[in-house]
Amino acid sequence: MHTDSDILELEDAAQTCTDVPMVESTANSRTRDLDRLLLRSGHLVGPNFEPSVELRDYLQEYARVLVVGAGGLGCELLKDLALSGFKNLDVIDMDRIEVTNLNRQFLFRLEDVGKPKAEVAAKRVMERVSGVNIVPHFCRIEDKDIDFYNDFIIIVLGLDSVEARSYINSVACSFLEYDEKDNPKEETVKPMVDGGTEGFKGHARVIVPGMTPCFECTIWLFPPQVKFPLCTLAETPRTAAHCIEYAHLIKWDEVHSGKAFDPDDPEDMQWVYKEALKRAELFGIPGVTYSLTQGVVKNIIPAIASTNAIISAACSLETLKIVSGCSKTLSNYLTYNGVEGLHTEVTDFVKDNDCIVCGPGVLIEMDTSCTLQKFIEQLEEHPNLHLSKVSVTHQGKNLYMQAPPVLEEMTRSNLSLALFDLMGRISGGTVHVNGTSIKNNKKTSGLRKLRVVFKGVDGMADMDTAGGA
Amino acid sequence: MAEPKIKYDRQLRIWGEQGQAALEKASVCLLNCGPTGSETLKNLVLGGIGSITVVDGSKVEVGDLGNNFMVDETSLGESKAKCVCAFLQELNDAVKATFIEEFPEKLIESNPSFFSQFTLVIATQLVEDKMLKLDRICREANVMIVFARSYGLTGLVRVSVKEHTVIESKPDHFLDDHRLNNPWPELKRFVESIDVNVPDPVAHKHIPYVVILVKMAEEWAQSHGGTLPSTREEKNELKDLLTSRMIGLDEDNYKEAVDAYYKLFSSRGISSDLMQILNDNCAEIDSNSSDFWVMVAALKEFVALEGGGEVPLEGSIPDMTSSTEQYVNLQKVYQAKAEADFLAMEKHVQNSLKKIGRDPNSISKMTIKVFCKNTRKLKVCRYRMIQEEFNSPSLSVLQNYLTDEKYSMAAGFYILLRAVDRFAANYNSFPGQFDGEIDEDISRLKTLAVSLLTDLGCNGSILSEDLIKEICRFGAAELHAVSALIGGIASQEVIKLITKQFTPMIGTFIFNGIDQKSKLMLL
Ligand SMILES: [Zn+2]
Repeated sequence: MHTDSDILELEDAAQTCTDVPMVESTANSRTRDLDRLLLRSGHLVGPNFEPSVELRDYLQEYARVLVVGAGGLGCELLKDLALSGFKNLDVIDMDRIEVTNLNRQFLFRLEDVGKPKAEVAAKRVMERVSGVNIVPHFCRIEDKDIDFYNDFIIIVLGLDSVEARSYINSVACSFLEYDEKDNPKEETVKPMVDGGTEGFKGHARVIVPGMTPCFECTIWLFPPQVKFPLCTLAETPRTAAHCIEYAHLIKWDEVHSGKAFDPDDPEDMQWVYKEALKRAELFGIPGVTYSLTQGVVKNIIPAIASTNAIISAACSLETLKIVSGCSKTLSNYLTYNGVEGLHTEVTDFVKDNDCIVCGPGVLIEMDTSCTLQKFIEQLEEHPNLHLSKVSVTHQGKNLYMQAPPVLEEMTRSNLSLALFDLMGRISGGTVHVNGTSIKNNKKTSGLRKLRVVFKGVDGMADMDTAGGA
Repeated sequence: MAEPKIKYDRQLRIWGEQGQAALEKASVCLLNCGPTGSETLKNLVLGGIGSITVVDGSKVEVGDLGNNFMVDETSLGESKAKCVCAFLQELNDAVKATFIEEFPEKLIESNPSFFSQFTLVIATQLVEDKMLKLDRICREANVMIVFARSYGLTGLVRVSVKEHTVIESKPDHFLDDHRLNNPWPELKRFVESIDVNVPDPVAHKHIPYVVILVKMAEEWAQSHGGTLPSTREEKNELKDLLTSRMIGLDEDNYKEAVDAYYKLFSSRGISSDLMQILNDNCAEIDSNSSDFWVMVAALKEFVALEGGGEVPLEGSIPDMTSSTEQYVNLQKVYQAKAEADFLAMEKHVQNSLKKIGRDPNSISKMTIKVFCKNTRKLKVCRYRMIQEEFNSPSLSVLQNYLTDEKYSMAAGFYILLRAVDRFAANYNSFPGQFDGEIDEDISRLKTLAVSLLTDLGCNGSILSEDLIKEICRFGAAELHAVSALIGGIASQEVIKLITKQFTPMIGTFIFNGIDQKSKLMLL
């Protein structure tokens, strides 16, 4: 999504080299095929599409795209985006390469096992597609400052965890601001494209915060995983999986006092397998194998190259279309199923207007005397938030930070001050809080946007602009 | 050789050792290695396909560097087939990779017997008349084909095989065969051995729901002249009876029984899909019949004799609330019946083989066992020749697709992808291939597309003007993202065809890259 001012600057830049003939740029160049979409006017295109060499330059020189995940989807996404006109990519992934990745993560070789995925993936794509610059980030997504994510025009997600999706979604939605009529401000919209696969099935979706449902609006699409009741494991095991989970969750702790189970240590896995086997024999239950043990303990989702290729390609194509406007876009959720024949389905999900992540923000009314400390305590008890270990920022300024220790120390003195004073004695405004909440017995970190309104202070209507003035 | 097994772990969990062995035995030929073709092969090479032969006569140009990951600067001017083949080999050294620098069109014309050495041919970016010729060649030689084509923001995938039979179709949702309304004597006896009114609450809440349901059905039948409920009122009455037997609110087994209650009324006997297979002409076997049809013939006999109208029991039950002992014993009752049915089936298979003059042991026990576990899920896929589809598509269906708002764009692309080939045959280039001639090309293409529709007997004015203009805008571009998507789908179909697992697509898949409302057209 380029803004008009970008295009104007680019037009100026292009003026100086107008003697370069158009023909040269199409017939025999790297962008031979892409040029048909980017340089020619179309009839079923996005609302702001302006075919031009400037548009192509914009994709190549200015548009920065973040790929989250360098696994099965991420490897494909980097290749697809690099060959779809994008030259400035970043990729973030905390994992290292494993042997079991090699059946689909085509940028990795056997000798790469153990190396960081993000680094190897970036290097391989740059080796093959000249002119492309990919910056790898070998770290957790939570390790990056929120501002890091704001530098990208669009974020593409190739993840296999609900928690990670939820986190990135909360970050992208936190940039969203609403005007006084509760309409999203276009320049604050950070679009996302998200893909996921399992076996022969997958989905691709487009999230335009404030316009289409965000990940949290449709969280019901990802029901929590069902766990076996402990009493079944302990008293009435019936299946091989029950025996495995007994060894993994109950027996391990009984025997190894204090030592944590490491799913990546083959010795630990072997121990669980043997114990599971013993239990299965005791109860006459068939079916415990080493492979099943790994599958149950690590919750392995089967994955193949072809499905990853399909879903990543769909995501990359949507990314190209959203950024360039060269065609209409998916609205807004595509499912693919190749198990029985081939089924694709597009569903236009609706936004949840009360969503606490992509909506205008949770409204919090406060007295002007309320301290930052009190405010933070309130968030923990708030029925919709339940946030603990909260850090608070207002307009990019850290009011209180939990970490790192240096920042914590620097901001600690703010805790005893009134939030009203810290925010510059205005009638109210948007505050970002970052903390952890417990959902389905799982800790998740998330960023929330709050609309703070101070009681008894005038000018509540234009609270967002009031702060900026 | 432990390492390959680890490497393939995530896919072995889908298609198992058998599927993997089939892949490793297969030899696949790729025609044209632009992005569509090379991306298709990439997914197969990663999965450990046996051997690949890449056929392409072109040299690498600068334009190829922008859409094909398997060529780079050092490839410029070199054989594209050679460069792509070298890259693919790098991905997996277990694969035997070779290339032939030759235009596929030439091979199709001059050396049709070339194709008979392969398990499957992946034909990419072919125009209509070459597609038709290759289809005839491969149909005659009994070689499977997957056609794949990317064209701007559209494209297609089409499988062509005379007949493809599947035993392990592994559908996502399939009702288990528990015979709750038709228990065999051993299951009846097992149910009778359990006291469902046991006073001990712990024992009461650990009776498997299968036992509860069979017992209730029996009780009902005894007081209703031997029949099960048929009206809605009667069914509700039985359901109330069921809930009245709960003695505590925490009885998960009774909750499961209520949830599974509808299974009591699942229809007995053979489904219409399976009936169609049993009545297929191929079930009249002779010495040329495949193992699949020999087993179908045996199944027919089993159903008529031992089965009493039912197929062999699959023998597996899902996990359910139960004491370990009762669950394990119940499982044994089902397994014993499945084993007995298997032995009967084995006899029929042996007899069938003898009848057609084959070694009675030429179909392995394991194959028969797998067949017995899957009889309700058997699939027979037959594909029209491309020529038949093109000459006489199902008109009413085509007309419906073209007017259905949701899929009219995909249907339009189907027609226009054919029209661009007529265009190419007439004018030696694709519409919009050259910048200066787009407006002229639009009207030429429109004329061709309208006449194509009229020839087929459809209303020509149905095609949207915007779509015709878009196709000309595409100018036969092979975009990487579209190619990767089309190639991904093609490779997934190849895997299903070679492993003989899951159900391959039937019809022509038309990709719609504008709003992703793609469509499988069954014409
Ligand atoms: Zn939302």
